Amino acid sequence: MIHNKYNKEVTGAEALILALLDEGVKDVFGYPGGAIMPVYDALYDYTDKLNHYLVRHEQGATHAAQGYSRVSGKPGVVFATSGPGATNLITGIADAQIDSTPLVCITGQVSSQFLGTDAFQETDVVGISMPVTKWNIQVTNASEIAPAIAKAFYIATTGRPGPVLVDITKDAQFGKTVYNYEKCHSIRSYFPYPKINTESVKQAAALINDAKRPFILCGHGVLLSNAQNQLLALAEKGNIPVASTLLGLSAFPAQHELYVGYLGMHGNYGPNLLTNECDVLIAIGMRFDDRVTGNVNKYAKQAKVIHFEIDPSEINKIIPAEVPVLGDAKEALELLLPLIKTKNRKEWLDRFVECHEIELEKVINNAIEPTTEKIRMSEVIDKFYKQSKGKAIVVTDVGQHQMITTRYYKFNDTNTNVTSGGLGTMGFGLPASIGAKIAKPEKQVVAVIGDGGFQMTIQELGTIMQSNIAVKIIVLNNNFLGMVRQWQQLFFDRRYSFTEMKNPDFIAIAKGYGIKGKKVSEREDLNESIKEMLDSNEAYILEVVVENEENVFPMITTGAGVSEIILE
Amino acid sequence: MRTTYTISIFTEDRIGLLNRITIIFTRRHINILSITASESEVKGIYRYTIVVSVSEETITKLITQIDKQVEVLKAFYHENSEIIFREIALYKISAEALNQNDLFSKIIHENNARIVSISSDYIVVEKTGDEMEILNLFNSLEIFGMLEYARSGKVAVTKPMKTLTTYLKELENNSKITIKHFNNN
Ligand SMILES: Cc1ncc(C[n+]2csc(CCOP(=O)(O)OP(=O)(O)O)c2C)c(N)n1
Repeated sequence: MIHNKYNKEVTGAEALILALLDEGVKDVFGYPGGAIMPVYDALYDYTDKLNHYLVRHEQGATHAAQGYSRVSGKPGVVFATSGPGATNLITGIADAQIDSTPLVCITGQVSSQFLGTDAFQETDVVGISMPVTKWNIQVTNASEIAPAIAKAFYIATTGRPGPVLVDITKDAQFGKTVYNYEKCHSIRSYFPYPKINTESVKQAAALINDAKRPFILCGHGVLLSNAQNQLLALAEKGNIPVASTLLGLSAFPAQHELYVGYLGMHGNYGPNLLTNECDVLIAIGMRFDDRVTGNVNKYAKQAKVIHFEIDPSEINKIIPAEVPVLGDAKEALELLLPLIKTKNRKEWLDRFVECHEIELEKVINNAIEPTTEKIRMSEVIDKFYKQSKGKAIVVTDVGQHQMITTRYYKFNDTNTNVTSGGLGTMGFGLPASIGAKIAKPEKQVVAVIGDGGFQMTIQELGTIMQSNIAVKIIVLNNNFLGMVRQWQQLFFDRRYSFTEMKNPDFIAIAKGYGIKGKKVSEREDLNESIKEMLDSNEAYILEVVVENEENVFPMITTGAGVSEIILE
Repeated sequence: MRTTYTISIFTEDRIGLLNRITIIFTRRHINILSITASESEVKGIYRYTIVVSVSEETITKLITQIDKQVEVLKAFYHENSEIIFREIALYKISAEALNQNDLFSKIIHENNARIVSISSDYIVVEKTGDEMEILNLFNSLEIFGMLEYARSGKVAVTKPMKTLTTYLKELENNSKITIKHFNNN
């Protein structure tokens, strides 16, 4: 529905709302304040078309918008006021930037005549957000609002997606303009989809067909370009093992026989070890993050690297590519598929099976069986996985529980893993789960959070209460900032400097917000409690008291190469 | 090994874009040796000339990061041998130089400089050239008492290069090829 036909005179604030509707926006996360009041006033007349979720802190709005975007594929939209409202967005924007998540953030700004005067709640949010946005702009005139929004949506959602910010002065919001919406379809200085070079695709195919030990690394880009089916077809046609980065999890079915696990610091044994044994490394939509590569000087030196990537600045940034294929992953894989020859690679695949057996024996079996006095995180995740059949949308915070969840939850449904990867933002989990549930109300959405991270954005329980959002929250309480404690134990001589936590009664807090909850510390109650949580048709917090000093293994320690991964 | 590179960036006319570009350098702890910005031969398109001394690996990575900015049309980098470049300097010296008129005139003449302003207290001399030439004149004039000295950044044009207008045409054709929206489900 394009509102051109009205050609009516509206305020800049109303033009903003109409532009959002013309972009198909249904949900907005935000928090009002002085400089954005005209927008909230205009919104008051459109609440039948635009759902606004009132968060409890602007950071929560950005993470909720991220969770929303990650599971829906649509851009997340955020409103905030100037000054502190705007600066509170920065962490979430930075997180979205490094994890390629499209957000459109709208901030109010002081009136244009006050710009640069240190006016009340004036902050240079365009300047502050510049390093962490894909694009941003300040608008000082009502007539510029609709074109800025059109550009913002186009830039945020095309190519390698990312966050954009539109800062609108209060006089622009009050000003009058004739509303006229034209969607943006191209910008002459911006090429979101490089044209795929068919020669490179042929070279890639030749390398793969000749390879004895090819190995696919699947990243977030596969999900972003919706190339899951093409990836599956490539793996099956070539009998090629597939491993995933943290953000690539759920792009390839975890139960598939060609799926060999998860890469990186706390990933699986086989895929890390065998990165240094493959002859052709096929990286798809991933950027060789240091958490994946370990020491780059000891990374896949023997392999020829094929890099499917949409962002030219990622090619050769960390790992030089023998054959770079620049462009959209789905398009590129479609061109590649007919050129791939079927080959039996059983011997190579068996190497992964052997490694998996070693990991089962040395790590996994122990982790999911009752071998310790207190419950271990891995037991909780294993039981939750089994009960939800790997079909829930799983949102994680940052820390040990995140690594354990991504290790022990087997993502059987596509695009169901939501976590903060590149920035590692504690406090991401709770608000991101709110956004995910709003985007996919029909899905079971479960957040797994540590006792530390939970308290970073715990106020968003208020959002859950006010907007009746039926997210399920598992708090794995070890009374420690566990991941930091693990490092202190292993590398700082057990000097537990400020990592022990005295925690509040989480269930009482939940109760204060009118949210059901239960605390479990006995193994025999665990399965039943998880069931109760999953069966609940409203929000539910399950606090599990877990082993205090559990460590996450395997591990690639700082400076070590991927094949130096240690199991215990 | 470090080399001096001159980066030419063609951009849309946008507030804040220069900031966005300098952040790319700051973030990587790279010092900008000189920077100039002006409108190019095509109306509405700006040209930034930035000089840095970095390794070849760094310069190629910098260029892709600069190119990635939405409103950058294109960034190029060149070594000194591939470009024609000049700087301009203004030297303000004491009018007492006129007391040694012969020497003063000789310096001006030999350095291909010119006098752009004379008043009762001071003289302003102008010189275009490369860094060394400009520095040499500074050293020669210093004996008269240097009151003020200002040097521009480098301006440069490349030796062989497609014209900007041909390049822009290509861009416009390219951007029409594949337009697709982000869509997950
Ligand atoms: C905002 C922020 N501050 C600090 C850190 C550093 N950090 C990484 S993991 C971690 C501990 C997390 O503790 P908790 O939430 O209890 O989870 P656990 O590791 O115990 O599962 C910390 C402090 C971070 N990632 N993010």
